[in-house]
Order: sequence, then C-alpha cells, then structure tokens
Amino acid sequence: METFYSILPELIRIVVCAICGAVIVFGNALVMGYAERKLAGHIMLRPGPMEVGPHGIYQLVVDGLKLMGKQLVVPANADKPLFMLAPLLAFAPVFVPMLVIPFSDKIQGFDLDVGLLLILAFASINVLAILIGGWGSNNKYSLFGAFRSVAQNVAYEIPMLISLLAIVFMTNTFSLKGIAEAQSPVWFIVIQPLAFLIYLVAMVAETNRAPFDLPEAESELTAGFHTEYSGMSFSLFVLGEYANMFIVCSVATVFFLGGSSGIPLPYFEYSGIIWFLLKVYLLMFFLIWIRWTYPRTRFDQLMNFCWKYLIPFSLVNLLITVVMVKLI
Amino acid sequence: MDIEVLEDGKHHRYILNMGPQHPSTHGVLRVLLELEGEYAMDLLPVLGYGHRCHEKIAEFNPAKSFMPNTARMDYLGALIYNHGFAHLLEKACGIEVPERAEYIRVITSELNRIQSHLLWYGAYLLDLGAFTPIMYSFDDREHILDILEDITGSRLTYCYVRVGGVCKDIDDKFVTATRAFIERLRGRFPMYDDLVNGNVILQKRLINVGDLTPEMCARYGISGPMLRGTGVAYDMRRAEPYSVYPKFDFEIPTETRGDCMASFKVRFREMEQSLRIIEQALDSLPEGPVMAAKVPKKLKIPAGDYNCSVEAPRGELSYYLVSDGSDVPYRLKIRTPSYSNLSVVPEMCAGMLVSDVVSAMGSLDLVIPEIDR
Amino acid sequence: MKSYFSELFTGAWSLIVGLKVTIKALFSPIVTVQYPREKIEVTPNYRGHIDLVKVEDTGTHKCITCGSCMRECPSDCIVVDGEKREGVKGKYLTIFTLDFTKCSLCGACVEVCPTKALDYSDDYELAGFARDEFYYDLLKRVEERE
Repeated sequence: METFYSILPELIRIVVCAICGAVIVFGNALVMGYAERKLAGHIMLRPGPMEVGPHGIYQLVVDGLKLMGKQLVVPANADKPLFMLAPLLAFAPVFVPMLVIPFSDKIQGFDLDVGLLLILAFASINVLAILIGGWGSNNKYSLFGAFRSVAQNVAYEIPMLISLLAIVFMTNTFSLKGIAEAQSPVWFIVIQPLAFLIYLVAMVAETNRAPFDLPEAESELTAGFHTEYSGMSFSLFVLGEYANMFIVCSVATVFFLGGSSGIPLPYFEYSGIIWFLLKVYLLMFFLIWIRWTYPRTRFDQLMNFCWKYLIPFSLVNLLITVVMVKLI
Repeated sequence: MDIEVLEDGKHHRYILNMGPQHPSTHGVLRVLLELEGEYAMDLLPVLGYGHRCHEKIAEFNPAKSFMPNTARMDYLGALIYNHGFAHLLEKACGIEVPERAEYIRVITSELNRIQSHLLWYGAYLLDLGAFTPIMYSFDDREHILDILEDITGSRLTYCYVRVGGVCKDIDDKFVTATRAFIERLRGRFPMYDDLVNGNVILQKRLINVGDLTPEMCARYGISGPMLRGTGVAYDMRRAEPYSVYPKFDFEIPTETRGDCMASFKVRFREMEQSLRIIEQALDSLPEGPVMAAKVPKKLKIPAGDYNCSVEAPRGELSYYLVSDGSDVPYRLKIRTPSYSNLSVVPEMCAGMLVSDVVSAMGSLDLVIPEIDR
Repeated sequence: MKSYFSELFTGAWSLIVGLKVTIKALFSPIVTVQYPREKIEVTPNYRGHIDLVKVEDTGTHKCITCGSCMRECPSDCIVVDGEKREGVKGKYLTIFTLDFTKCSLCGACVEVCPTKALDYSDDYELAGFARDEFYYDLLKRVEERE
C-alpha cells in the first residue's frame, strides 16, 4: 500500500497525459480535417463544406458519426486477422510520441533523454501498417500501394534522420526539451536552413502526402492501400495520417522554429503552448498548400530525388555542421 | 496476350484490370495490363461497354433527323460533329449555305474546340494528381458554356446546326460576350503556364513518355494533336478545307518530340490559334440570312456515296454516307478519331511504368463514347 | 555537373511560382453559385421541354392538329390527336402528350410547326421519383398556365 501511495502521483500523471494525448489526436483530426477541406475549397475557388452548421463547422463531427455507423466490409478472400490489424497498427503508435513533445516549458508528458529516437521509431511502424493492409486486402491495387509505400517511407527516413542529426550534433542531446531550450538567442532555422528544407521534403514523403502520395494515388490506383477499407477502419487510417502530420510538424517546430519560444505572454511556462500550436499549424497549412498545388511524382522519380538529391545534400550538411562544431 | 494462361518464362507476370470503372480511363474503357512488377509489358484495350448502335439508328429515320445523335457521340465536340454531318448532307444534296451561317458555324465550332481542350487539360492534370487546375479550367469553360447556351439553348450536347445553315441567329450580346471571353482567356494563359506547364514535376512526368513517330502514326491512322506532336503539320482545316476556314489566317502548331509533352503543348497552342480564328471571324462577320432559302422538308439524297472530313478536337472525323435515292440513308459510317488513337496504345505503352501508362492514355485525349458509338 | 545544379534551381523556382498562383486563388472570391440558396437567371433561350404557346387574346393554343411534329420527331415522343367537332373549322385538339424520357431536344418539332404553336420552356429543375412524372400532357399544361 505504501508503494502504491508513493507512485500514485506518477500514475495520475500517466493517465492524465494519456487522456490529453487522445484529446490532441482527435481534436487535431477534427480541426485539420475541416481546415483541409475548407482550404482546398478556397484554393479551388469553391466554398468547401457549408451545409452542416454555420460554414460547415460540424462537418467532421457528422462524418465521424457516419463512419462509425458504417458496416465493416471484409473482402471475401482477404486475410481477416491481417486485414483488421492494419488500421490498428496505423493508429495506435501515434499516442506515444505525443507524450514526449514539449508543448511549452512546463507542459510535457515525459522528458526522455532519447525523445527523438522514440519518435522516429514509432513513426516507422506506419510502414508496417500499410504493408499489412495492402497485403491483407487481397486486391492487386492495394498491393501496388503497399509496395510503393514501403520503398518510399524507408527511403525518406534517411534524409529525415540525417538532417535532424545535424541539429543534434550542435546541441549534444536527443531530448526534445533540451533542443527547444538551446534555441534561446536564435532559432535553428537561421543557422541550418538547408537541413530545414531537407526535413520539410522528407516530412511530406513520410506522411504520404501529395506530391508524394503514391501509396494512395487516387487517380491511378483507386485509393491504393486503403481501397478495401470502409467505415471505422478507413477513418483509423485517416486519423493516423493526420496525427502523423501533427507529430512531424511538431518535431520540425521543436528542432527548427524554437519550440514554444516567442513574444512573452503572461504565465509563459504554460501559455507558450499557444506559440507552439501556432507554429505547428503554420507548417500544416504549408503541407495542405502544397498538396493542392502540385501533381504527383512518378515512383522512380521520387526514389531518384531521394537518393540523388536529398541524401547527398543532407550528408554534406552534416559534414559541414560537424566541422563547424569542432572548430567553434 | 492470352489471358487464360501465361506462357512459361512469363509466370512472374500478373494481369491487372483497369476496369470499366476507373478514375482515369475517362469513360467506360477497360484495359488489361500484363504487369511485371510495375512495368506494363502488354496492354489490351477491351471496347464495347458503351455501344449504342448509332450507325444502325441512322438507317431508320430520315438523314436530317440524325443530327442529335451526332452530338451524343462526342459530347465535347458536339457542334463540330453537327457541322460535319450538315456539311455532308449539303454536299450530297447540293444546298448552298449563306455566308453568315458559315461564319457562325466556324465561331461556335472554335469555341467548342476550346471548351474541349480546357476539359482535357483539367482532366489530364486530375489523372496526374493535381487537383486544382481542373477547377480553374472549368471556371473558364463555364464562360463558354454560358455564351453557347445563350444562342443554342443547350450546354453540352448541342443540336444547333441544321442542313442549310444554323437554326438561330446570333445577336450583339453574343459578340460582346465572346470578345470579353477572348480577352479573359488570353489573360489566363500565363497563370496556367505558372501553375502547371512550367512545373518541374509535370515536366518530368510528361517529357520522354511515349515515343510516337510519323511512321507509327501513318500505320495506325492517328490524327489530330498526337500527329502534330510528331512534327507532321496535318490539319483537316488546311488539308481539305471546308466552310470558310480558307479565309482565316491561323497557324498549325507542331512539335517534334512525339512524346506526351509534345501533344500537351500542341493542344495548348491550338487554343490560342482558335482564339485568333474567332477574333478574325467576329471582325469580318457578314450580314444576311442564317438559313438557306430552299431546304426541302423531305431531304432526298441522290443515290451514291458521299464522304466528308472535318477536324474534330481529337483528330480527323469522317462521315461516309451510302444512299439509295430516298431520304433514309442506306448506310452511314462514322470514322471517329479516338478509335484510331486508342489503337496505338499497345505499341506505344509497352514497357512503361503504370503511372506512365496513365499519363500516355491521358495525353491521347480519348472520349470513349465516340470509340464505342 | 552543372546541369545537376541548374535543374535543381529551375525546378525549385517553378515550384515556388506555382505556390504563388495557388495562394492568390486562396484569397480570391469563390465562383460557386450555392444552388438552393442562390439561383442563376436562366437565359430566355434555354432549351427545356416543349410547351404549347398560349395566345394572349384567345387564351388558348395555336395548334391545328396537323401532326407534323409527330411525324418529324426522330424519337417518337409526341402523340397528337384531334377530332372533328361541329362548328369548329379543321380538327379540334384533344390529345397532345410528350414523352420527355425519350426526347433528345433536337428542336425539329418546334421548327416544323406551321403555326409556331410550340416553343421551348425554361423548366430546368426536373427531378422526379417515377418515370411517368415526365410524361407531359401539354394540353393540360397550356390550359392551367396563366
């Protein structure tokens, strides 16, 4: 009983963090889904959702209810355990990285020493989910999407990691909080613009967003790896995708844009979250903006771009960083 | 390609069905792809999902009544199909069309051509994954549809051209609206260049995809922008002039590479040339009647065969009419450009990646109803 | 080597130029007419289904039951019938129905009518639950119209 009381604060903290993580994931999907459709609409000179609620605010809520009410169709010869496992694998790993992101100076789940490695490790589980979903659907189109996504995600993890490593060399720590605090005079985007650009491109490819959205290429492969999913399974993939976008954008914010630093507000240890969210959603706006502007790259051109352009530049950047750190 | 059993040595290939329902086959076209990994080694188009027996329908009713059917074959070039058919019957029966009617036919046909190219542009980019240019091109297209709705009454499947002229005259509102539209579209071309044509991703997807040569085009009977993309300046408006086209000064845009980018650029420049033709026609529009004086109600076509070719947005369109002296045709054969354009797909697309197959088929600008008729 | 860098820079510049177009469109007014709440003026030349023209002074139609429209129609949608009545010169129109499910809006009936009794309507909000909602009784329609 003694030990239980001594660890009770920690237990409560874990439960509260988990609930907050869930709130962030679902709230983010709600906001992002609506923002994406409205922004896409206005870029295309049309209004977007307007019917449900004033200017369509409740559209995502109603969509969620609709998807929950749909029948979960499993194709006839599909591998049922794998088929049902894939959306869970796409959705479950997004909660853990939420716990290590420093939203502000005091608001953070757990300040791990290896925060970055945790986030990258959990981001790679997404590849497995897509592969399992594509194979388990017993559909050649889904299999296509799965092939492409495996190669794409595995290839683009390398420039993502190397460009972040340049920052880690400068600050000597993997902990996200430490990196956010090390940007006090000047943000790292000023010192390492090349790493930021490379990370931006790798970020788009990791989350399977256009122009790199071959795994779910809508006009070539009729929805790629999630062709056969309907109802809640499909919405789990979508929720996972939006949460992934949030995670990679927050990593970009923490590493390059100073985390929650900005013009001081009252109670800044807690209200820094406002600046943090502002920066994250600015990057998400950028992701939406490029989705609706560019056509899709071809698969071999995508791989060429990674191997021939991104990786050499990121290695050169790393080399220069290491040399400068040693000299200064 | 034998779809029952794949021979030895090919056992690692599999067949993917880009079925009649697919986002990028633009209609009910079925293509069987024999894939090795992601490379399409062999392609087999399967037609007939939209066959509506138009040529047989022509044998039941008098020839004049076939006019609405011509619009349904290629719904994007309906006025041009109407014009071709009316021209055929006028040639067969020796009816003289007043000049104002010819000018109106040319103006509306060129507007129709621009509208068809705008839709192709938007739909092609949608296949490639860019979701916004289709909205911008449809915005421009709405202006054309409004202009044409004002005089013809319809927005897509027009039945405006009659044997002997057109059924309704144009007014000043049409002329001002068309001039305003010409200015607007000219101002939009730089925006399309910025957003799409110069984009590096698009260029990488279109350049060097497909390799048409003039010799291949001659073998398959390819015409239209695909042929002009290989360097052959063959346009029915110059090769076999009809209507009042000889009076206008316009270029035939050509490119030399023979890939998808070449036909893309040719179509884009054709829009500009069509604007030139419309401007010249509006400037020199004569006064007069719009319908020939004496067109018999029962149009008896003298016995014999008659042929007429016009330049549809997709290529060369020909009508061939065999008549036995009455007003009901004995046989009407329609040679549509998309049918021949599609036939090059197995040779051109063998060995391409699946994404390139989609890109190549989009640049062919197929409209399936005119293949199946 | 030089082309590696020049391709990179021209490519990157073309991407940025594309972004400028889209951001400009983001702040432009929308062009959609949101249909049930806003409606467009239909042009008077719109080609809807045909209707009998109602003459101002006599308050009735101009049809003389010649049957030309029935003969000209390529899709056989029109049925015209009349009967001889005493005191009325020529035939008296009793049946004039249009089967709009087969009509292709070619306009042959409107153009061949000797008395110009037919004209297009501007009825575009056509949606129904059954096929017989589109079997129009034009005689009844002209009598009920004011």
